[in-house]
Amino acid sequence: MSGQAFVDRLKKKFGAKITGAELGGVDPWIEIAADGLLEICTYLRDEQDLRFDMLNCITCVDYFEPDPKKAAKVTWQPHLEMVYHLWSVPHKRSLVLKVMLPRWRDDEPGQLPEVPSVAEIWPTADWHERETYDLSGIHFVGHPNLRRILCPEDWLGHPLRKDYEMPLEYHGIRGK
Amino acid sequence: MATKLDDPRIIEFDVRTDEMLVNMGPQHPSTHGVLRVVLRTDGEVVSEVTPHIGYLHRCAEKIGENLTPRQWIPYTDRMDYLAGMNMNLGWALTVEKLMKLEVPEKGRHLRVIIAELGRIASHLVGMGTYGLDLGTFSPFMYGFREREKILDLFEEACGARLTYSYITVGGATHDLPRGWLAKCEKFLDELLPVIDHCHELLTTNAIFVRRAANIGLLSPEMAIAYGCTGPVLRGSGVDQDLRRDGEEFYTQMYDGYAFEVIVQKDGHYPKDHNYPAVPNLAVLGDCWHRFYVRMLEVMQSIDLVRQAIDRYSTAEGSYGEPVKLTEKLPKGESYLETECPKGQMGFYLVSDGTPIPWRVRARSSCFSNLCVVHELCRGCLIADVPAILGSLDIVMGEIDR
Repeated sequence: MSGQAFVDRLKKKFGAKITGAELGGVDPWIEIAADGLLEICTYLRDEQDLRFDMLNCITCVDYFEPDPKKAAKVTWQPHLEMVYHLWSVPHKRSLVLKVMLPRWRDDEPGQLPEVPSVAEIWPTADWHERETYDLSGIHFVGHPNLRRILCPEDWLGHPLRKDYEMPLEYHGIRGK
Repeated sequence: MATKLDDPRIIEFDVRTDEMLVNMGPQHPSTHGVLRVVLRTDGEVVSEVTPHIGYLHRCAEKIGENLTPRQWIPYTDRMDYLAGMNMNLGWALTVEKLMKLEVPEKGRHLRVIIAELGRIASHLVGMGTYGLDLGTFSPFMYGFREREKILDLFEEACGARLTYSYITVGGATHDLPRGWLAKCEKFLDELLPVIDHCHELLTTNAIFVRRAANIGLLSPEMAIAYGCTGPVLRGSGVDQDLRRDGEEFYTQMYDGYAFEVIVQKDGHYPKDHNYPAVPNLAVLGDCWHRFYVRMLEVMQSIDLVRQAIDRYSTAEGSYGEPVKLTEKLPKGESYLETECPKGQMGFYLVSDGTPIPWRVRARSSCFSNLCVVHELCRGCLIADVPAILGSLDIVMGEIDR
């Protein structure tokens, strides 16, 4: 099935929850709204001719330029992008979903943005979401066990945010 | 009243058990690196397994956002340090996919030779240490002895034995040295009897079969839901190998090669190499099957290297396209998964048009393979935990990045 036909089919089914698509690049992707994520993912996994039953990767990309000189040149507004790479084992096809999020919930620094957890749909998301929470600072609503996974439990901040700064000291160990 | 030995009160006192938390690792030899596993046990029975990772976290993704793709290649070596060549290849292909760069035919065959040798080297360690986990020492020594010979070949090709950075964006850093192919063919001939020997020592060994068969069952549905890949997935009977099924950008490397994906289906194997069928005890998706997939994949890779040597020696052209160290990347993003020895390794690259990527992400196969371990270990014995962990063939460098 061609890209545009597939997007139209999803739009017909989910309406405004499909907020956009980019079909021209190296990897085409479909943008969906955060509140439709669970519904759409369940559909993509269970529909017989789609069967995206494997979740390859969950990534978060931080669009923020800390340097004010460079920030004046960029074309985007600061935001976060959740990227879901799906794969269908029976049909050997891949699909990329994106969810756009604000950098902070209610624009209040320190309040993590929220997105529903897909760990119920693909159990592998359990660890992937913990890693994304740990390194990029996203709160996954409904996650069974949202704890840090790579950094220590008492680590402050989320290292893959572009404005993250190394702490000067951690338990007597000098940083920087 | 004197109590007799078969008094239920005495027996109850003798075998009374309590729930206990047991730490395995982070430096236990059977945890394959720095993995810490917390076991909740009742006597010998394990009721809950919680893996803790992060002891080797080296912030590779963050470093990747401060270096150009070619400068980041040495960091991919250090992820799966037992199969550095395959990791180089995965990252190089991701960058090439974004740059829409085609590697010349000779370079592609060179990559097949190197990548399949890397797969053999990795599986030899996987098989050898699995024997060690289950109490056999000799296959471990034999496996490492053969691996050393592959490392000798790699050293001659690129000068390093563990961290190669040989396959790079555009092809390889340089061509194979003169006389290398003959040495490689000689090595492949010598490898076959060793594999047969390991097979005698492990696969047909009653103790080994008892300790690996019917343990740690992973159903195909669960394997897919947990994102398990590579020999773990194929050991559960799911027919998927990215060398055949992956994106065209990757599979064109294997265009025209004759190979059959090795999938475990109760007793029916492709190209069985006269190895006996599954022992009666084994069940599809158990530790024994995962181990056996690796064993057969070594044979398959030997065959693939032979084919690649033939093609490489007759191919015209260069071994690679020259790419500058600080070549500007086109704007966009690309994600590519390749079939590494441990499973599907994915790299994700977002570029904003400068030579340095905006975001680098490594999706590692062992990360997904390990997150299923709490399902596999439910209700097993403590001695089975190393058997299950070993059958997943994890490398902690890849999990923690």
